[in-house]
Amino acid sequence: MANRPELLAPPEIFYDETEARKYTSSSRIVDIQAKLSERALELLALPEDGVPRFLLDIGCGSGLSGETISENGHHWLGLDISASMLNVAVEREVEGDLLLGDMGQGLGLRPGVIDGAISISAVQWLCNADKSSHEPRLRLKAFFGSLYRCLSRGARAVFQVYPENIKQRELILRQALQAGFGGGLVVDYPHSTKKRKEFLVLTCGSVQTSIQTGKNEHDEGCSEDDSSEDEESGMVSMSDRNRPKKRQKPNKEGKSREWMLRKKEQSRRKGNDVPADSKYTGRKRKSRF
Amino acid sequence: MRLITHNMLSCNIKGVTNGFPLRIEAGNVIEKEVDFNPDFIRHMFAKLEWKALVEGARSMGYAELPEDSPDAAVLESDESFLKKLHHALLELHLEEGALVCPETGRKFPVNKGIPNMLLHEDEV
Repeated sequence: MANRPELLAPPEIFYDETEARKYTSSSRIVDIQAKLSERALELLALPEDGVPRFLLDIGCGSGLSGETISENGHHWLGLDISASMLNVAVEREVEGDLLLGDMGQGLGLRPGVIDGAISISAVQWLCNADKSSHEPRLRLKAFFGSLYRCLSRGARAVFQVYPENIKQRELILRQALQAGFGGGLVVDYPHSTKKRKEFLVLTCGSVQTSIQTGKNEHDEGCSEDDSSEDEESGMVSMSDRNRPKKRQKPNKEGKSREWMLRKKEQSRRKGNDVPADSKYTGRKRKSRF
Repeated sequence: MRLITHNMLSCNIKGVTNGFPLRIEAGNVIEKEVDFNPDFIRHMFAKLEWKALVEGARSMGYAELPEDSPDAAVLESDESFLKKLHHALLELHLEEGALVCPETGRKFPVNKGIPNMLLHEDEV
């Protein structure tokens, strides 16, 4: 999209009847949403015991992501702030229950009832203050706090987000951590601007599980010229706030000649103008200096 | 909205401590058949607030559920009970009506099966 929708209007106004229909009838969007939902479900890592689960679809819109959940055999509850989008979902006879609500006001669900939550392209809307009474931080707090409470132990929340910038992503991450979540960011195709997708995978409770690695170019076997050997799938893990930070021990020995020569070489490699090394480099000066 | 959702919803208004369960004012209730999966019903049973479910079902016109929450043995063996629970949780839809907060009396209207849980500025 040339323009980010969240810069144009609040979601309940942007997604009016016309826009809601346009969104849902665009086969490209339907396809993308389906793929993102499948991937989010994958990242939920639900137990593969054949028992359907009860999931929450945050920002379910017209039910595109919800349909993927149903196709995978689970039941779901969807929340969205746009009545027009929900009306389209009703027309399409989605199988999940729908709620008209604002996630920034808190979810209003009882503790421990949800087996997993997904959100496709919705959470970034929380970062905008659409009304003068909105304070994004408080809304994010209400959202993550209520989400943490309603998830059952060991359940996960997976959000596919399009953060506008690093600051926004950090704001979201910070609020999630403060609410008690652990987890990480999974980035699929980190080096491709077109294909790059970010998933915030949040975990609840003290269950130690491994976060999956993101996909990279090698997955699909497509040949892109810039794929290099050491292309790592992007995974950034967030540490628990309570884990003690590693303190840097200050170097008491001072800066030796070796260190100085190394730094000068580094600077030269960067292309800076560095005086030549001589027998005077790093020599101890008279106390006068 | 089905009872499976109603059993999880609580009133979110600021300051409300006893917002669960929301009282159902049933305007129009319809039935839609859903495939029966006993594993799912057993899985959900542990999360349910039984009394709220029985009351909610009664408000929607279904009085077949037992007053007292059954024990594990019934859950394992009694399929007819599971089918009743399945029917109550997944097949009854509140299309029009309202959900009422037990503490403040605030009504959340339900239209086309969708409850409007949006809070006003002063309720947040």
